Amino acid sequence: MSLNYVVVRLAQIVPTFFLIMVVIFVLVRLLPGDPTSAVLGIHATDEAVERINAELGLDRSIPVQFGLFFEHFLRGDLGDSIILKVPVMRLILERLPVTLFLTGFAALLAVILAVPMALVSAIRRDSLLDNTIRAGFQVGLSMPVFYIGIVLLTFLAAKLRWFPVGGFGQTFTDDIYHLFLPALTLALSLSAVLMRNLRSSLIDVLDAEYVDFARAKGLRNRLVLGRHVLRNALISTVALFGLNIGTLFGGAVITESVFAIPGIGRLLIDSIYGRDYPVIQGLTLVLAVLVSLVFLVTDLVQAALDPRVSHR
Amino acid sequence: MNQAPAGGREPLLSVRGLRVAFGTPRHELVAVDGVDFDVQPGEVLGLAGESGSGKSLTLRSILRLVKPPARVGGEVFWRGRDIMRMAQAEVRRVRGGEIAMIFQEPMSALNPVLTVGMQIRENLEEHTDLDGAGRQARAVELLDLVGIPASKSRIDDYPHQFSGGMRQRAMIAIALASNPRLLLADEPTTALDVTIQDQILKLILRLRRDLNMSVVLVTHDLGVIAQTCDRLAVMYAGRVVEAGPVADIFAQPRHAYTLGLLNSVPRGGALRQPLSSIAGQPPLLSDQQGGCAFAPRCPFVVPECAVAKPPLVGIAPMHDSACLQHRKVAQR
Amino acid sequence: MTFATLTSATISRAVGRRWTLIIGSILLGLLILVALVPGFFTSYDPLAFDYKAIMQPPSAAHPFGTDNFGRDVLTRVIWATRIDIQIAVFSTVFPLVFGTIVGTLTGYYGGWLDAIFGRLVDLVITFPFLVIVIAIVAVLGPGLVNMYIAVSAIGWVFYAQLVRAEIRVQKQSDYAAAARVLGYSEMRLIFRHLLPNSITPAIVYWMTDMALAILLGSSLGYLGLGAQPPTAEWGVIIADGKNFMSTAWWMSVFPGIAIVVAGVTFSMVGDGLADLFRRRR
Repeated sequence: MSLNYVVVRLAQIVPTFFLIMVVIFVLVRLLPGDPTSAVLGIHATDEAVERINAELGLDRSIPVQFGLFFEHFLRGDLGDSIILKVPVMRLILERLPVTLFLTGFAALLAVILAVPMALVSAIRRDSLLDNTIRAGFQVGLSMPVFYIGIVLLTFLAAKLRWFPVGGFGQTFTDDIYHLFLPALTLALSLSAVLMRNLRSSLIDVLDAEYVDFARAKGLRNRLVLGRHVLRNALISTVALFGLNIGTLFGGAVITESVFAIPGIGRLLIDSIYGRDYPVIQGLTLVLAVLVSLVFLVTDLVQAALDPRVSHR
Repeated sequence: MNQAPAGGREPLLSVRGLRVAFGTPRHELVAVDGVDFDVQPGEVLGLAGESGSGKSLTLRSILRLVKPPARVGGEVFWRGRDIMRMAQAEVRRVRGGEIAMIFQEPMSALNPVLTVGMQIRENLEEHTDLDGAGRQARAVELLDLVGIPASKSRIDDYPHQFSGGMRQRAMIAIALASNPRLLLADEPTTALDVTIQDQILKLILRLRRDLNMSVVLVTHDLGVIAQTCDRLAVMYAGRVVEAGPVADIFAQPRHAYTLGLLNSVPRGGALRQPLSSIAGQPPLLSDQQGGCAFAPRCPFVVPECAVAKPPLVGIAPMHDSACLQHRKVAQR
Repeated sequence: MTFATLTSATISRAVGRRWTLIIGSILLGLLILVALVPGFFTSYDPLAFDYKAIMQPPSAAHPFGTDNFGRDVLTRVIWATRIDIQIAVFSTVFPLVFGTIVGTLTGYYGGWLDAIFGRLVDLVITFPFLVIVIAIVAVLGPGLVNMYIAVSAIGWVFYAQLVRAEIRVQKQSDYAAAARVLGYSEMRLIFRHLLPNSITPAIVYWMTDMALAILLGSSLGYLGLGAQPPTAEWGVIIADGKNFMSTAWWMSVFPGIAIVVAGVTFSMVGDGLADLFRRRR
């Protein structure tokens, strides 16, 4: 995979990202009601509204506003939270690591769950074991994240006391302990999607002629599985993983609610209830950046695994 | 069976009663029905037949590459030991190390995400004691051997970066890395252009000579057989129906099916000759009845043909046929 | 005859696949029936409080137990079926129709229309679906109708993608060429010939989408952004019961099971249809 390819892919993100900024800007401006009046409430006298508007630059023309918005963004200034009166960027930076930890942990658990199950399922295709595994994952897929969350919370945390009931820890190992249940909750539905796709890829690859050719060379089964089968099958699953990152973040929002975790998901919901527009705007932007980055990474991983992609 | 040449050497490979069946024991679909043949050291044996005759399955069964739910029976003697009875570890040693196999379509037989060099080195790692540097050097040597130019730089290329003929050569290099004694070639030229076909066949013959290797060449193309093979076994509906030296069979076929096959090859020279073909279709697996499988299409058929499957017997020195009417066929 | 066809002749999976469609359809029929005439299946009043029967565990009289107001949980779950099936249908019908039309046109005409569409698709898949929906709903205000608007505004893109891809393939087919040679108008070609053949992946996706819509709808209900109390919706019922999980687990567990059953039903129908269409090809 060449450096050229990486640079090209990075460059491709820029226009999409610019478009995202425009869309967010427009959407927030389209919101019904005037945010300033909403915040000031009964104190919304005309002079007060005018003063705040001037402060926030809301009285200038739209293109100028966008220019300001863009410029501020590049400087890392996302405005201030109306409710909490602190810079949005600071709020986000405080909470982002928690959510990233949660989603990363969940992704890891999902892979740990999905890969062995997919292997067993594909190798023993159509057996009772295969059908049981698939049925099990299907049920997991059909459960809403919040349901899995409260069930796990009630039975493993509240009743059996194996895990703490929400919150966030102090040290690293403490964090893992606190976040295990939430991460597991998120991981269950993601692993179902991954497993289904990986199983299908594995079945295709297991039937491929190059697997027979590898066996005809006298290679050990484990080597054939690891080097020839799994690597090829993972290619399409990695792409799927990237596509599902959005669902993972969405699920994180709900999970953080259920387990009372101080991440950006909770921040989003709270700011929505409180009509805290700068926070909503800043959060959506940051999420968009994150998701684009994840796409880029999965693309690069795919290119690394599959030489046919980058040699165009 | 009448297959030992004058000189009486032990055959390298001896297949006896090979049988591959699918389906339930009550409703069996037999794809390979009791196949016998031998391969002598240094010879090229052609295995000819149409699609569905069972020739590919026969080849794969030799290396035990046929997976359940297929049921494989019979014996395959390799240098005196029965491959069917070997333990897994021993089978793996034979695969690649003593018997190699190449397939029809190099684009599907080569792993697209691994370099050609890697796929050669894998083979060497499994079957030889060479160290890393040794394997790399040997890999380059092999690419030279099969006629791929600029071998040192090509060693790190991926399969999709080679052209069709070069890919086939690469596949041969990978298969032969550990100096096997026997090469099983499953329609190696069917997917190639005619000019490339010729090159590959010539390559296989040259390798046979230089590496002192035997070859079993599966194909439906009689031209390929004529060009490369010493002996020929013709398969129809899962059985060998005729076997013997290529020259003898081409000069005087002794089975109705072989006669039909040879006649259907268009002859050059005369103008506007009608094309001859064999009427009818090969039988479906599910349609198996007693008696000779070719009987429904055979111009020489007599009532005895439907009674039982004619056994493969020697009807001339080194020439076997499974046709009750072989004398009549010879008179044509 | 290849090795692969021989193997599948042996394993007669054909029977297994049809079972999925059959069972799925039966369950779906049952769900629709419960949604249409819930009164037939239960005699309790879903809204009536009964202070004498608060938080009773499952029993013969109350198979799913009672909640903190004494309401029979089974009855609430049954009555909520209507709402959740409605959610499934209303969240998906507009995207299906609109998305199919857009997909057909961009797939057939290509050009700048297709280029814009491509950019739009990039935008949409970049964002977490749930986040956008939550944001739109929060802005418009909570409620089912606003949820339908939010979901439809984004959801049509997926259908459009599927149909577009299929149309592009079908455009190259022989029957399309034949129709053009016969002089059929473009509209006729597109809507009478290409579209019916291209819509099958969208229909299969529709089933999965309905399962997803129920998940989404109940998630929003749980968060208080979807169906509003006292409307019985499975997510809302679960939210009502979440504070009593330790003492009255049945309040939340059973509605959750209902969600799973509905989801699995739609998935089975989708899988069954997918196999049916695949075999017809």
